[in-house]
Amino acid sequence: MKDKLNARNLVSALLVAGLLLLPLYSQASGNVFVLTLFTRIVILALAAASLNLIMGYGGMMSFGHAAYLGIGGYAVGILAQEGFGSGFLQFPVALAASAIYALVIGALSLRTRGVYFIMITLAFAQMAYYVASGLARYGGDDGLTVYKRSDFGGLINLSNRTQFYYLCLACLLGVVFLIWRIVNSRFGMVVQGLRSNEQRMQAIGFPAKRYKLMCFVISGTLCGLAGALLANNTDFVSPAVMYWTRSGDLMVMVILGGMGVLFGPVVGAVAYLLLEELLSQVTEYWALIMGPLLLLVVLFARGGIMGLLGRLNRG
Amino acid sequence: MADPLLRVENLVRRFGGIVATDHVSLDVAQGELHAIIGPNGAGKTTLISQLTGHLTPDSGSIYLGGRDISHLAAYRRSALGLARSFQITSLLLDFTVADNVALAAQAHAGHSFSFWRNARKESGLRMAAQAALERVGLAHRAGVLVSRLSHGEQRELELAVALATKPQLLLLDEPMAGLGVTESARMVKLLQELRKEVTIVLVEHDMNAVFALADRISVLVYGRVIASDVPSAIRQNEDVKRAYLGDQHVVTAHG
Ligand SMILES: Nc1ncnc2c1ncn2[C@@H]1O[C@H](COP(=O)(O)OP(=O)(O)OP(=O)(O)O)[C@@H](O)[C@H]1O
Ligand SMILES: [Mg+2]
Repeated sequence: MKDKLNARNLVSALLVAGLLLLPLYSQASGNVFVLTLFTRIVILALAAASLNLIMGYGGMMSFGHAAYLGIGGYAVGILAQEGFGSGFLQFPVALAASAIYALVIGALSLRTRGVYFIMITLAFAQMAYYVASGLARYGGDDGLTVYKRSDFGGLINLSNRTQFYYLCLACLLGVVFLIWRIVNSRFGMVVQGLRSNEQRMQAIGFPAKRYKLMCFVISGTLCGLAGALLANNTDFVSPAVMYWTRSGDLMVMVILGGMGVLFGPVVGAVAYLLLEELLSQVTEYWALIMGPLLLLVVLFARGGIMGLLGRLNRG
Repeated sequence: MADPLLRVENLVRRFGGIVATDHVSLDVAQGELHAIIGPNGAGKTTLISQLTGHLTPDSGSIYLGGRDISHLAAYRRSALGLARSFQITSLLLDFTVADNVALAAQAHAGHSFSFWRNARKESGLRMAAQAALERVGLAHRAGVLVSRLSHGEQRELELAVALATKPQLLLLDEPMAGLGVTESARMVKLLQELRKEVTIVLVEHDMNAVFALADRISVLVYGRVIASDVPSAIRQNEDVKRAYLGDQHVVTAHG
């Protein structure tokens, strides 16, 4: 596809511009809360984008993606508690731990497909949740406070709200760019081909499982980055970030925004989390409104928000 | 005599109580076009699927160029030069025609653990795809989504995809299925050309096509090979007449 001025690209471009300018608005208006809110949104958008790689492009419906948020987060939290405050250590460990977890879980889960794959990824994430709950030394159920944010020397100060926001945004945009390269590469073509018709791909000579596993690992590693950022954002990490409802949230963001569309998960994360924020201010029963609303999107707006925008263009 | 390109020995495959492949033995010589015919449910597709590795046989062996491939995965067999077309069209429907063929070429041009370069800009792959599409007369449809193709065009694309893997043995499962008269004639002409370059196993119900094309014909009935011979001998074979061809008009051509 050529880059064209269509509704989708326009929305994506406006969204990126808005995210880039947000700290200026926050400063000018003195509204600190909006920056805090959007830092969280950007981090979860990064997690959703990583999920989109396997779910949207690869057709692997993982229901355990929040596990990486926890693994990345605990890597930061545990190292901080043990006196290793350097981000140059914490972040690589967060990514490596996520990659290893993804490799093991992927190797086991990818033997199954369909509903079984959904269930087994869910089961493994719940296992990770219970393991974290059992880490008595690191807070167990109550979670672990991160007293000092990752230290990147003079490079960047994560305790500065604006700097931290831009770090998160740079990570998000970097990851989206990386995914864009990946999905158009040889590897990405194979992964999307496997989503479309695995039997055909094997017949023309591709070892399906190898490529799927690699994709699964890349996705998990990228989500581990989101986990490391999230722990810094909340100065806290607990088993709750791995709970299955969090995995569900990420899936909803991807579906809402548009599966297999580059900026879909970003749009989805912004829409979902803003809606949640607004509705929860109006009523404590916000979930009762949110649920049916999402159902409508899934039922009537196939392809999510980006799908709607795409149709807008075709007229 | 040289080893046959493909040798099947005592292949057996059961589905519950049905013996879909019943001690099938078969030789396909290098360069020949070997047709496999038989009534519906005779086990032709089941046999092809075992040859390509999509189905595992319960017992028996398959040799390609003397090498035992009975336990190789489908993708490994493809690497050894085995390609198939599917009776029920099996393509990447949400990809373009060119992408479908380019992916087949990509599978045989080094590994695909390349994450950065744009695959659609690899001229080697695009040219290979274009060449295969030209072979089957689909070059003008390269940029179209496969789901938008007519049934006949999809059958031709099946063939182009198989060709793009540069096979030494082409297994075609009813390439003419569902084609109209002119489309069928085109396909026969195309196969006439291809047979000069590659060994072909052709499963087909269209007896005109089979008798026009085949060097040898094997007849499969209830999973068993009841005859394997040159076309003229098959035409005369009493067992074949009784068990399969039955009504004479089938042998002498229909339509
Ligand atoms: N996956 C399967 N599970 C159970 N039975 C099967 C399966 N595949 C094939 N069969 C049975 O095995 C037998 C052979 O089927 P097969 O599809 O190989 O026949 P065929 O010769 O290709 O027929 P056709 O000419 O209709 O394509 C049939 O009785 C069929 O019902
Ligand atoms: Mg069949």
